[in-house]
Parts: sequence; structure tokens; C-alpha cells
Amino acid sequence: MAKNKPEGYLSAKESRRISKSNRKITNAMEKKRKRKNVPESEYLTQMHDSKNAVEFDNLHTYFFTDAGVVKSVDGVTFEVPIGKTVGVVGESGCGKSVTSLSLMQLLQRPQGQVVEGEIRLNLGDKAYDVTKMPNSELQKLRGNFMSMIFQEPMTSLNPVFRIGNQVDEVISLHDGEGKTKEDIKKRTIELLEMVGIANSDGVYKMYPHELSGGMRQRVMIAMALACNPRIIIADEPTTALDVTIQAQVLDLLKNLKDKINSSIMFITHDLGVIAEMADYVVVMYAGRIVEKGTADDIFHHPAHPYTIGLMASKPVVGKQVDKLYSIPGKVPNPINMPNYCYFKDRCEMCVNGCDGDYPCEVSISETHKVSCYRYNEENKAKTEGGEA
Amino acid sequence: MANTKAGGAEKNGKAAEEALSKKLPESGETAENAKEASKKGGVEIVKGQYTPVKYDEQYILMVNALKKYFPIKGGMVSKTIGWVKAVDGVTFNLKRGTTMGLVGESGCGKTTTGRTILRLSGEKTDGQVLFNGQEVYDLTAKEMRALRTKMQIIFQDPFSSLSPRLPVGEIIGEAVREHELVPKAEFDDYIDKVMDNCGLQPFHKDRYPHEFSGGQRQRICIARALALNPEFVVCDEPVSALDVSIQAQIINLLKDLQDQYKLTYLFISHDLSVVEHISDTVGVMYLGSLVEYGSTENIFSHPLHPYTEALFSAIPVPDPDVRMNRIVLEGSIPSPANPPSGCKFHTRCKHCTQRCKEEVPVQKEVEPGHFVVCHLYDK
Repeated sequence: MAKNKPEGYLSAKESRRISKSNRKITNAMEKKRKRKNVPESEYLTQMHDSKNAVEFDNLHTYFFTDAGVVKSVDGVTFEVPIGKTVGVVGESGCGKSVTSLSLMQLLQRPQGQVVEGEIRLNLGDKAYDVTKMPNSELQKLRGNFMSMIFQEPMTSLNPVFRIGNQVDEVISLHDGEGKTKEDIKKRTIELLEMVGIANSDGVYKMYPHELSGGMRQRVMIAMALACNPRIIIADEPTTALDVTIQAQVLDLLKNLKDKINSSIMFITHDLGVIAEMADYVVVMYAGRIVEKGTADDIFHHPAHPYTIGLMASKPVVGKQVDKLYSIPGKVPNPINMPNYCYFKDRCEMCVNGCDGDYPCEVSISETHKVSCYRYNEENKAKTEGGEA
Repeated sequence: MANTKAGGAEKNGKAAEEALSKKLPESGETAENAKEASKKGGVEIVKGQYTPVKYDEQYILMVNALKKYFPIKGGMVSKTIGWVKAVDGVTFNLKRGTTMGLVGESGCGKTTTGRTILRLSGEKTDGQVLFNGQEVYDLTAKEMRALRTKMQIIFQDPFSSLSPRLPVGEIIGEAVREHELVPKAEFDDYIDKVMDNCGLQPFHKDRYPHEFSGGQRQRICIARALALNPEFVVCDEPVSALDVSIQAQIINLLKDLQDQYKLTYLFISHDLSVVEHISDTVGVMYLGSLVEYGSTENIFSHPLHPYTEALFSAIPVPDPDVRMNRIVLEGSIPSPANPPSGCKFHTRCKHCTQRCKEEVPVQKEVEPGHFVVCHLYDK
């Protein structure tokens, strides 16, 4: 019998051992986080480029589960320039949302931990490393410096409080000094009007269940923008919406971004939305970045086989194909990642080098970077020759 | 409060619509006239005031002026004080072996249409549903049960439409056994074959739904529907809950199965690019009514109804250089309990005239096989 155990099977004993060793690691990390009076020098850093709003540098976010360590984000490096939109694309479970949660430091603790790397946040005159900041300091940044629009408007609003109360709360918590209740209410109604809610006085007194999906998403956006944040993280803000409402929400986000000159990190799996919104695109696969570049690079010259596959698998209006391309196989198990290229088992364009270690980043052009052996020096001539 | 309003508005609408319905010409009984009748559908509000269609061999499904209202209960004794007009006059014909896409915003009645056709949500309010020439709602319970094997549905959410307590083999095989489609001795082999066709490993038969990923679960749902060897399948947003790469697999699977078994699909989705890929004909719904209906090519290359135009202009294109000419619709979809008078779209339409506010438009065939419900196209 014992031989017929399915793959990934864990005995209770084994699971206990893992959770015990995990607890040791996470406890040490939590202890370090919960220290009081952390000096500012500990999390003060320098931006590599002062034009960037956020720099993710070799970020590793792991989840210590009872089945083993899940490397949700495994060495992610990219930057969000000031006033630009960066789109993050990938399948579900590839670490898009975890990357953004790491920036907000809203990871499920104690299991979820940033184990390595920096997230540098540009505050104008100085820069902070978010991963080392204590919670009390972070609280001052969340909401008024960086804020997040969550994925599901249905579940992210509190059903027992009125819309007005929920937006008021954000303002009074983060930007409420010296403001009276009336001021705050006025600001909330102004915000609701800004996101295109016509009956803002009425909506102020409504409960979330009285609103439609699109309206709830607008309320979420109003909450996120309440304190004019410099960085907006939009985590699949339109996935649950219809195309017509999606069009309204995207227009709204674009206009607002220009109005308050903030940067947007836009997470989605819809390539059409990315093409429209983003200046830069980051493609993630299994916790790593496989390709990044400007929107033009990615959509006109996709380099990584995964990006190419992703684009081919989406039906496009006006482009009739007989059969959609579908990427064969499935994402590798996040607990036991292979030590070669994660995409190799599903890749139809393998070259000789693919059996080696995980490929390092290769620059195709100044802005366009890809992690694939096809573009290494020795293979470059070959692939280019083959395609030409 | 809103409910009492609904009652009043309905009365007004009723009078106007009744006046209109009198203008309807008498229709003959040939197949040609069946088409004519379908054009005139959706005018009436009094029960039975539609022109009945006659069965035409080439169509597996003929839906004529179908209506489904849900009562709004209120007051001390829960009496009906209004109706939610979820489906309000839908008319289309579906050819054998083809796919019809049904698109529209959420809440416009796509799913209710699908369910009403299958007689899954109680009695219809009005209209006709002819499946192979047989009125579905005239059948007795026993006959209906026999017909169920011929028409099946794939539900929207593969996470909530599978019983967590049944192993996969049982989920797929339950209905097969109940309907005694195959002899007992061949039952196991039959289930293996069905699972294999749908891209599932037959040895997964004893596993439970929670052990599968989203794409696999959707395959189970498809296998469950196809195990009964149906002729007609309603696919209710089968790929909305799935990832892009898995979407492609499921769409390909549905297409392959269609070729293999000569299936007819009614494909309900709000993802227009998917609908364009899979459908032969497309119907666009707005607030319970079919506003435009025609072949996929016609509808996508030159949409006629202002709503269709706006809907299609909002499809995001995966090309950063394409600057979109998007028509953003103001406001949101009105309440189906209290729909606007006249043309239902007039509150958001940029071509709105006085006539649109007063008169209900009828379905017109603007070019062969391309129907639209709009005053703009009156000759």
C-alpha cells in the first residue's frame, strides 16, 4: 500500500516536522518585526534611480505552509517609474498579487514572510525599505502614500457599514488631522462624485448590497484615492466587471492618474486591458519574472515562449483562427520547483541550454529583458537565423 | 417604495404596447412566415398575444417571444406587487449543429433565458420554446424527464456546481444510470469513454471534486452534460471563472466535441472575444430583450444597434498602438422591475428621439439573417 502513495503525499509525522521547523523560522522573523522603537536608520535606503517611485529588488516572498515552503515570489526585480503605469501579467498563482501585497506589507502573517530582498519606496527627499519598516511607521504610509484597489468589490467592502462610513474611515485614519466630521463627509461626497457616482448623497447613506458591481468597484477606487496616494496598486480591478463598466473604470483610472500624477501598478491577466493601460509590462510565471519591457516591446516583439503562448491563447476580436493555441501541461508544483527553467516542461521552443540552471536575465534591447536560453549569446545567432 | 412605482409604470407601458400590438399583420403558416413572425415578437404584454411560429426542420430550437417574469412580493400577505422582467420578449431560431452566442451586461437576463429554455426555472410567463418542434412547456413531467437527456446545461462556476460529496465517476454517471442509457454491464466502460473524450483520466473516477483544478472541474461539468448524449447544450459562461491559458483548452475542447457529436450550443458569455471565436450567430441582450441578432461576421463587422456598437467598442484590444474609439455608456443598466417606456435603451442612447421614448421598436430584418430592434432602421 505504502508504495501507492500519490505524489506530494505527506504523512502526519512529516507534516508535523515541517510545521515545527517553519514555526522556528517565522517566530524569529516575527520577533524581529515586533521590536519597539526601531531606529529610522535601519530602514532608510537610497533609490537607485530617483525617477522611480518603487523599486523591487530581488524580492523573495515565501509562505511557510505545513506542506512545505511555497516560494510565491522568487527573485523579482522591477521598478515603477513616477507617473507611469506598470502592468503585471500572469496566470493565477504566479505571484502577481503576492508581489503587490509585499509592497503593502499586507501578507498573511506569520506564514507569509519576505525572506530576502528590498522594496524601496521613494518618498521624495528620502527612501524607505518597506520590508524592514515597523508596522507603526507603515501605517502612516498606507492609504495616503500608497493604496490598493482590491480584486473583488463584492467581498472587500464591509456589508454592515454604510458606504459613507467606510470612506470616511479611510480619510479620518490617514488624513484626518484637524478635520471635522463635516469636512470629512464633504470630502467623501466629493470623492464619490469624482469616480462618477451620480447620486453621491444617496450612495453615501447606502449599504454595499444596494450597489451594483460596477458601483462597488467605484467605491473601492474612491477609497483608494481618498488621500491622493502617489502609488496606486490596482489588483485586477476590472476582472469581475462587464466590458462596458470595465471601459468606464479604466477611463476613470487613467484620468485620475493624470490628475494627481501618481504611479499605477496594474495587475491583471487580461492582455487587452494591459495593452491599453500600461507603459511598461512585466510578465510573471511561477513566482519569477520571465520577461519585462515597454508595452511596445512586449506586444510587438514578445520574446519569451510563455509570453508568446499567452498571447496566442487569447481569442482576439477580428482575428479568426481555427483553433486556439493552448500552452501544454500545467504550472509546476510550487513546493518542489525544478532547478532548471520553470517553463521548460511546457515549452515547445527548447534549445540545448535549457537543461541547465534557471536562465538569467538577458537584455534584448535597452528596455526589453527576458529570462530565456534562446537569447543567450551562443543561441542568439541560431534563433535569429532560424526565424529569418 | 420602488416597487409601487413599478406597478404604475407597468400599466402605462401596457396600454402603449397593446395599442401597438394591434398593428400586427396576420401571419400565415409557412416556414417563411415563421421568420416574419419572429420579427414581430416581443411587442405584446398580454399573455398569448404573440404570433405562433411553425416548426421548421432546420432549426433544433425555436424561441418565440419568450418571457419570464419573477414576481416581487410585498405587503402583509405577500401579494405580488410587481414583476421583475428578467426575460422580456426573446425571439431567435437556432440551426442544428451551430453555436449561438448570447452576450450582454450582467443582469440583462442571459442566464435566465438559458434556464427558461431548459424549463429549469418554473413556468415561463409567455411565448414559445420549440425543441425539435415540440413545445417544451406542454410536456408532462414524465415526457420532460425523457427530454432532459436531449438538452443539457454546463453551469457557470465549476467550483460550486459539483457536489463535494460525490466522486467524479458518480457525478458523471449518476444521470446515465437514472435514465438507463447504457446496460449495466457496459456502464463502467461508458463512463471511462466519456471521461477520456473530455480530457480526463479515467482513473480519476474515484477522486472527489476538491482534488481537481478549475480547468479539470470544468471538464467534469462538460463530461457530466455530454454523458447523456444530448443534442443541445446550454453553456452558461463556461470559461469565465478560468485562467487565460485554461480558457483556450476548454474552448478547444468544446469545439472538438461539437464536431464529434454534432452538438448545438447556446453559448452564454460576457466575454465578447470568446463569443466571436466560438459562435456562428450572436444575439445581443439588453435588459431582458434581444436587441440585435445575426451572424457573427455581420454583427462584429458592422453592428447596427447603438448598444451593440457601444458594447463592441469597449472590447480591449491587446495592441498598445490601437487607440480605441470607445463609446462610453453613461449611467448604468435600469432596473428590470421598472424598465423605461418605449425603447428600453433610450435612457443611455445617443441617437434617442421622442419616438424612442414612446414607442416600442419591433424586430426588423435589416439584411438577410441580421435582425435589429431599433427605430433607427425603419425605412
